[in-house]
Amino acid sequence: MSEITQTLNARRLLCPMPLIRTQNAIKKLQFGEILEVICTDPGTEYDIPTWCRMYEHKLLLQEQRETVDEMVEYCFVIEKGNKEAE
Amino acid sequence: MNPENIKQPKAVALISGGLDSMLAARVIMEQGVHVEGINFYTGFCVEGHTQAIRNQDKNKPKRNNALWAAEQLGIKLHIIDIVEEYKDVLLKPKHGYGQHMNPCLDCKIFMVRKAKQWADENGFDFIITGEVIGQRPMSQRKATMPIIAKESDVGSRLVRPLCAKFLPETYPEKMGWIDRNKMHDISGRSRKPQMALAEKFAIDEYAQPAGGCCMLTNEHYSKKLVDLWQAKAANNQTRDYTLDDIIMLKIGRHFRPKENFKVIISRDEGESNFLRGYRSEFTWLELTSHDGPLTIVDGHPTEEDLLLAARMTARYSQGRDADTVEVQLTTLDGVSKILNVEPLPADEVLPQWHI
Repeated sequence: MSEITQTLNARRLLCPMPLIRTQNAIKKLQFGEILEVICTDPGTEYDIPTWCRMYEHKLLLQEQRETVDEMVEYCFVIEKGNKEAE
Repeated sequence: MNPENIKQPKAVALISGGLDSMLAARVIMEQGVHVEGINFYTGFCVEGHTQAIRNQDKNKPKRNNALWAAEQLGIKLHIIDIVEEYKDVLLKPKHGYGQHMNPCLDCKIFMVRKAKQWADENGFDFIITGEVIGQRPMSQRKATMPIIAKESDVGSRLVRPLCAKFLPETYPEKMGWIDRNKMHDISGRSRKPQMALAEKFAIDEYAQPAGGCCMLTNEHYSKKLVDLWQAKAANNQTRDYTLDDIIMLKIGRHFRPKENFKVIISRDEGESNFLRGYRSEFTWLELTSHDGPLTIVDGHPTEEDLLLAARMTARYSQGRDADTVEVQLTTLDGVSKILNVEPLPADEVLPQWHI
């Protein structure tokens, strides 16, 4: 997988803030650059893939990770598509 | 010919995630207009996710309803964070509050104005809302429709497809982009016409938030917000708030035993996990001898107040019938100590403490 351009820490943010931050971060990237997003809101498991489909960004990875204090984090790796979010 | 007559017109629809805004967008899409959605996040939106923190709501779909609605419609959705700007609307509503702390009319004007700004910046021609005359006591009345159009500066570029037949002709109608006969004459609080229209469009699933999609129309939430403002005033602070402040009002049981401090006690595992994320910013308590809630103390509690908070925590734990329980108290400096306390009897949790 290509190198991650930027990592967005969206932990503790509740819907729809992780999505808003993702949307704003992607806007600043160039086509083909890669954003990693780490969330704790389980709703992002639906929202981020849906948003990627809507804007034709490529979701390279979606996974759950357990943290040292046994909390779950949701991790997404998104490649910016060439159909810019207008 | 005016070039506006030949290109495909573009409209931006306010999408809440509820049925009316979906239908309104769809009615205009049917007429060949390019529609995209816009959704504003005020911080007070009732979202599946926040509700889903609680165990009892685990079966509800965890998703952003506006995003979901947009995908059903096959349109793009733009979600805009207006948490900061919204403070002016909530703190100084020109048209006042509704039954609770809901500034519905000012809110609608603000959102339509923001949508118009977005439309201007992005080359969209008009704005769509799902408003229905007579549906909401404060903002959706025949008398308020022109006020919203005028004060938002959008004027006749605001189209309400669900009740358009009751309203004056709009600019997109004059331009021939949309046809009044293909719009509707829905009014009142009955949901039947909307359900019939949903069936026609084969929309068979939609969010139905009780009491709308805003926490400010909720009596209990409004009481907590007023309490937050009173506590700030007592500390010579303004009514300004942070996003954390207003999200915390959605979580747990809230008590104010004395003016100088507030106790928030989680109601289930989901809320405990959520409050755990705030531990470094508050004094907090948790039982070590029994299963129980996580408690956060806000304000300026004395030693005696913290002892009461510990006894209250015990009251809502599995150790409520024990003679004494062990509660770990951790203060803002990160230092912890164990308190051996007697659980507070139910009748000593005074009704006036409940916020």
